[in-house]
Amino acid sequence: MEYVLIFITAVFVNNIVLAQFLGICPFLGVSKSVPTALGMTGAVTFVMILATLVTFIIQKTVLDPLGITFMQTITFILVIATLVQMVEIILKKATPSLYQALGVFLPLITTNCCVLGVAIMVIQKDYNLLQALVFSTSTALGFGLALVIFAGIREQLAFTRVPAGLQGPAISLVTAGLLAMAFMGFSGIV
Amino acid sequence: MNNWKIFSNGLFKENPIFVLLLGMCPTLGVTTSAINGLGMGLATTLVLLLSNVTISLTSNLIPDKIRIPGYIVIIATVVTILEICMAAYLPSLHASLGIFIPLIVVNCIVLGRAEAFASRNTPLLSLLDGLGMGLGFTLGLTLLGCTREILGSGKLFDVSLYDESHGILIFVLPPGAFIALGYLIAIINKIKKTL
Repeated sequence: MEYVLIFITAVFVNNIVLAQFLGICPFLGVSKSVPTALGMTGAVTFVMILATLVTFIIQKTVLDPLGITFMQTITFILVIATLVQMVEIILKKATPSLYQALGVFLPLITTNCCVLGVAIMVIQKDYNLLQALVFSTSTALGFGLALVIFAGIREQLAFTRVPAGLQGPAISLVTAGLLAMAFMGFSGIV
Repeated sequence: MNNWKIFSNGLFKENPIFVLLLGMCPTLGVTTSAINGLGMGLATTLVLLLSNVTISLTSNLIPDKIRIPGYIVIIATVVTILEICMAAYLPSLHASLGIFIPLIVVNCIVLGRAEAFASRNTPLLSLLDGLGMGLGFTLGLTLLGCTREILGSGKLFDVSLYDESHGILIFVLPPGAFIALGYLIAIINKIKKTL
C-alpha cells in the first residue's frame, strides 16, 4: 500500500514537471513530437533509476559514516555525470539500435535537473532502498507522462493560428500552464 | 565601451530568461513571491561570478578533454559554499528556496557561460559577463515574482496592495507560473516589435 501511495503521488499529485518544476528544459526542448518524447523518457528513466541507486548507496556507505554530508552536491553531480558517460559507452557497444534511438538525449541528461533533484529528494525524505527505487521509477514515469501528453498537444498546436506575440515559447508555456491546472485535479486523491 | 557591451548583453539583448529561455526550473519553481525571486537571482549571480572568474583563471591548467567535468566540480564547490553560508546567515530564505539551491549546479546558464564565455576570455571580462548574466537572470526572476505576487496574493515584497481575498489564487500555484511567464514573454515580444 505504501509503495502504491508513493507511486500515485509521484506520477500524478506531485508530478515532477508540472508541480515541482524540475526538468523543464527537456520538457520544453524535446516535446515537438511524440516519438522523440518517448525516446527522452526512456533515457531519463534509465539514468534516473541507476543514479538514485548509486547515489543512495554512496550516501549511506561513504558520506554518512564519514560525516561529510556537505559534500553531497559535488559527489552526486560527479556520479551522475560519470554514470551518463558510462551508460552511453555501454549502450553504444551492447545495443547500437537503442543508442541510435536515444541519440543526443543521453549526454543532455547530465544537466537535466530532475535526476539530481530526485537523488537529493530521496535522501531528504529519508527513504529506504526499496522506497527510493519505487520513488525514482514513478517520478521518471511521471516525467514521461507529462512529456508525452505535452508533445501530443504541441503536435496539434502546430496546425492552429496563434497571435503573433504568443508564437513560439510563449504559447508553449501557457499550454503547459493549462496542463498543470489539469494535473491539479489529482491533488485530492492522496 | 566594450566592457559595458559585455555587461549589458546579459541584461537585455541575451536575457537568460526572456530571450535564451535558460534556467527555467528555478525561474518557475521559486517565483511565488518577489523576494524569493530576488533571493534566488542574487544567489545564482554570485555563483556565476565566482565560477566564471575561477574557470577563466584555470582555463590554461585544465586539459581540454576533461574540461566539462572540471567546470562541474568548480561550480558544485561554489554552490556548496554558498549553500552553507545561506543556511548560516539567511535561514528563512534558505528554507523557502529549498532544493533549488543545490540545483543551481545544473542550471544551464552557469555551465553555459563557463563553456561559451569564461573558458576563452580574461578574468575581468568573465567577471563582467557573469555579473550581467546574473543580474539579467535576477531581473527576470524578480519581474515574474512581482507579477505572481501582485496577481495572486495582492502584495508586493510583502506589502499589502489590496485585499488578499480578491487575489487570483492560481497565480501562486504551479499552473500560474507557466501562464504568467508565457504572457510576460508575449508582452516582451510585442514591445520588441514596436521598438
